[in-house]
Amino acid sequence: MILLNGQSSDVPAGETVAGALGRLGLAVDARGVAVAVDGEVVPRAAWESFLLSANARVEVLTAMQGG
Amino acid sequence: MALPIAPMRADSDSFTIAGTTMRSRLLLGTGGFPSLGLMAEAIRASGSELVTVALRRVDPQARGSLIDVLAAAGVRLLPNTAGCHTARDAVLTAKLAREAFATDWIKLEVIGDEDTLLPDAPELLRAAEELVDEGFTVLPYTTDDPVLARRLQDVGCAAVMPLGAPIGSGMGIRNPYNLALLRRAVHVPVVLDAGIGTASDAALAMELGCDAVMAASAISRAEDPVRMARAMCRAVEAGRLASTAGRIPRRLYATASTPEEGLAEFR
Repeated sequence: MILLNGQSSDVPAGETVAGALGRLGLAVDARGVAVAVDGEVVPRAAWESFLLSANARVEVLTAMQGG
Repeated sequence: MALPIAPMRADSDSFTIAGTTMRSRLLLGTGGFPSLGLMAEAIRASGSELVTVALRRVDPQARGSLIDVLAAAGVRLLPNTAGCHTARDAVLTAKLAREAFATDWIKLEVIGDEDTLLPDAPELLRAAEELVDEGFTVLPYTTDDPVLARRLQDVGCAAVMPLGAPIGSGMGIRNPYNLALLRRAVHVPVVLDAGIGTASDAALAMELGCDAVMAASAISRAEDPVRMARAMCRAVEAGRLASTAGRIPRRLYATASTPEEGLAEFR
């Protein structure tokens, strides 16, 4: 099961990061977004090629008011 | 202590961090504003050119884009690592912030205690060193310890951001002597961060020699944030002018400002 922002998801193994972002309503050109998979940054240039493994933990982050 | 005094006007007295020059010496935190509209208005009123943002999970239900509002305001972003408790998490968050916002500036926060939100010094220093090695421009949120500030400078931090009091406490500058010592201990810019409650706190920070002041809750959670933003803007300018104007020494007894000479004798 792939965890998307801490929630179990129906994203299948082998899906790309870009595909997972689509589930959150985000396009690959979304501004101010960054992705980590299993604690490592996945650069934007790799979103369409990076394939998620069966138990991947995906964090999709953006700007929030703070500090 | 005599400081070199250069003729200056408040509006031409810029300051520089890592080669970037800013006219405003007030940094603004975006946390705590009741709305994005009010935040934008307060940014304008504050004159700030550098504002902090945090990095959090995307909320598909979120209304309005913080990034778009800040872009429209024309300010530079200073992402933070708020909420991180280890060097490892802070370094990863900084790397994600660089991806998200296309800036290598990072306000490094590594928190060691939930109640006080005080920095964890060893983790902070470790994270700072690693991020400098990775090419980041690191501005660490630190205690008011002059020795730690020097260590942070020595590992390559572009500035140091000592606290006046715990984050959001509004307690002002609890140890002005330490802050004055810290100011003399480092040559990188010193930005007073955390503890500011009202305008006089910001002015005091500048009078003690800080190069800039960061205010967040003091503005965003004031009853009238826009009015307080304006107050902070003027306080920072006033404090900066005063710190470079050469104040009079403190004396226990009075020193007449009116000459005795020519005083009339009535009997």
